[in-house]
Amino acid sequence: MKPITRLHSRTAVLPDENIDTDRIIPARFLTTTTRNGLGKLCFHDWRYLPDGADNPAFPLNRTEAHGCSILVAGRNFGCGSSREHAPWALLDFGLRAVLCSEIADIFRSNALKNGLLALVIDAPAHRWLLDHPGIELAIDVAGEFVELPDGGRIGFALEPFARHCLLHGVDQLGFLLGQSQAIAHYEQTHPEAA
Amino acid sequence: MNPRTLFDKLWDAHVVVPETPDTPAVLYVDLHLVHEVTSPQAFDELRGRGLAVRRPDRTLATLDHSTPTLPPGPDGQRPYASAEARAQVAQLEANCRAFDIELHGWDSAERGIVHVIGPELGATQPGMTIVCGDSHTSTHGAFGALAFGIGTTEVGHVLATQCLLQRKPKTLAIHVDGALPPGVGAKDLVLHVIGRIGVDGGTGHVIEYRGAAIEALSMEERMTVCNMSIEAGARAGLIAPDEITFTWLKGRPRVPQGEAWECAVACWRALASDAGATYDREIRIDAREVRPTVTYGTHPGMAIALDAPVPAPRNAPEARALAYMRAEAGRPMRGMPVDVVFVGSCTNSRLPDLREAAAVLRGRRVASSVRMLVVPGSEAVRRAAEAEGLHDVFHAAGAEWRVPGCSMCIAMNGDLAQPGQLVVSTSNRNFEGRQGKGARTVLASPATAAASAVAGFVADAREVLAEVAA
Repeated sequence: MKPITRLHSRTAVLPDENIDTDRIIPARFLTTTTRNGLGKLCFHDWRYLPDGADNPAFPLNRTEAHGCSILVAGRNFGCGSSREHAPWALLDFGLRAVLCSEIADIFRSNALKNGLLALVIDAPAHRWLLDHPGIELAIDVAGEFVELPDGGRIGFALEPFARHCLLHGVDQLGFLLGQSQAIAHYEQTHPEAA
Repeated sequence: MNPRTLFDKLWDAHVVVPETPDTPAVLYVDLHLVHEVTSPQAFDELRGRGLAVRRPDRTLATLDHSTPTLPPGPDGQRPYASAEARAQVAQLEANCRAFDIELHGWDSAERGIVHVIGPELGATQPGMTIVCGDSHTSTHGAFGALAFGIGTTEVGHVLATQCLLQRKPKTLAIHVDGALPPGVGAKDLVLHVIGRIGVDGGTGHVIEYRGAAIEALSMEERMTVCNMSIEAGARAGLIAPDEITFTWLKGRPRVPQGEAWECAVACWRALASDAGATYDREIRIDAREVRPTVTYGTHPGMAIALDAPVPAPRNAPEARALAYMRAEAGRPMRGMPVDVVFVGSCTNSRLPDLREAAAVLRGRRVASSVRMLVVPGSEAVRRAAEAEGLHDVFHAAGAEWRVPGCSMCIAMNGDLAQPGQLVVSTSNRNFEGRQGKGARTVLASPATAAASAVAGFVADAREVLAEVAA
């Protein structure tokens, strides 16, 4: 994972609450065995009409949403399944951050491990961002704030280790492999784990 | 020592390296369940780094999600939905061979849905930590195991190190007092609970279900309740192990035998939350108030008694959900015309679930307008159901009796509903398009599903059963 310190973009908004992982990537596409190229399937059944044309009612199909890499989504984004295909699809679609007042646990964990900034902000700031699509934001990972065009700031709290990994591009599997002595000791001292 | 909850005890016993302000805990995983959908990229990661699976003996794989539920054709070929699905299954078979992992594949008499076979084999045991690249891993919490779903990156972590990096979640106690009324079951109860606390009511928490109504549940019912914990956003659901748990597990292939069994049970008895242990949040539910419950919207939190009026939408998304479902505020779900009925999934595909559906279907016919699929959770469930003739009941009623798998719950194997069709389903998710693009899902108990199949509209099993008796 490449280090991520700062992200600038206009916002695109999906105000619906409880956008679940089946909406982010429908299950029938999960027969893939790679993590690449899922962007074309992202929000598939919402984004396209039955004839395959773009659905004009899907907010991210609007011209002003093109090129936006920050998504402001309704509360409880990413609820449902544990499929990591959801953040893979969002990243391949071009998104780099999701701002929300509440994000489902497994989705958030998966997103951060892939460098998708799944950030929880307070409800009033979230409401304001939902009401102001297209606003230019800067996300500062080290400082844990989102900067508004007028210099105002919206804070967010990242789990310290996730923040460290984002800032330094830390490989979490590498970190865990580094614990192998402690793991071996645990296995030796816990007969049920032997 | 301070009084501890069941969760605290499970957590403490699996900490390899304690958490610090800077780093999460390294948590040991006793059992890693693997299936074909969320594992291929993790095995590729191991291969790319030249890593082995640390504990193949603690890893158990099965085929369930992408697998067809129709038997092989005359040519001997299984009717996969696509070449990609076939290749995905072949890839898990190859990965299990390469990494020396026990796979319950097509040739296994124990193959089935991952959350059905873990308990059946006795691989799921009280006091364990259990993970799987599948959110319904919460099912195993019914045995007093800390069990939760993980993503594919974490599947790789567990394959390589048998550990996960985890922050300690909060605890939520849900006390269910009293007794469920006759004809009301575990599925009704858990839908009622999610309707109460909301689809995100458990986010950040591990739920412990407690109280007289929970203690009275069978193991299969407890699995139904814990299975749906994720539908309230919780990472895991837990129920303290007791005599019902031990009786259910005793003699299963992977549990300790003989003297070791007595010893294990003694340890498991000590897992229950101590008197005076505290939770971050507590909720009380009165079981006597629970009625047959169904969903009316597009997430499991939109649940009400099937004879209660659908609530007026409070906001635009709720209005959109009602429009999608073609549900009408002020009218009950009972009476809504049904196209498809699905009995199956890791929520409700065990033998008692099939018996519950068969009890309604015995001597009755599925309405001519309805297609009904019954998909047992495992080969063992299929054998047991056929041994007592349940398949004959389903066939006689006009339902399809299939080969075990996830089937229409996730609808990625070709078992799906057509756009606009209404499905009464014993599965766990009613998201838009979950059971097929444009399909509308009403979550329900096996009894409600079977009654709705007979009636041709969403129906109360108590009424369907009473009709013929009269």
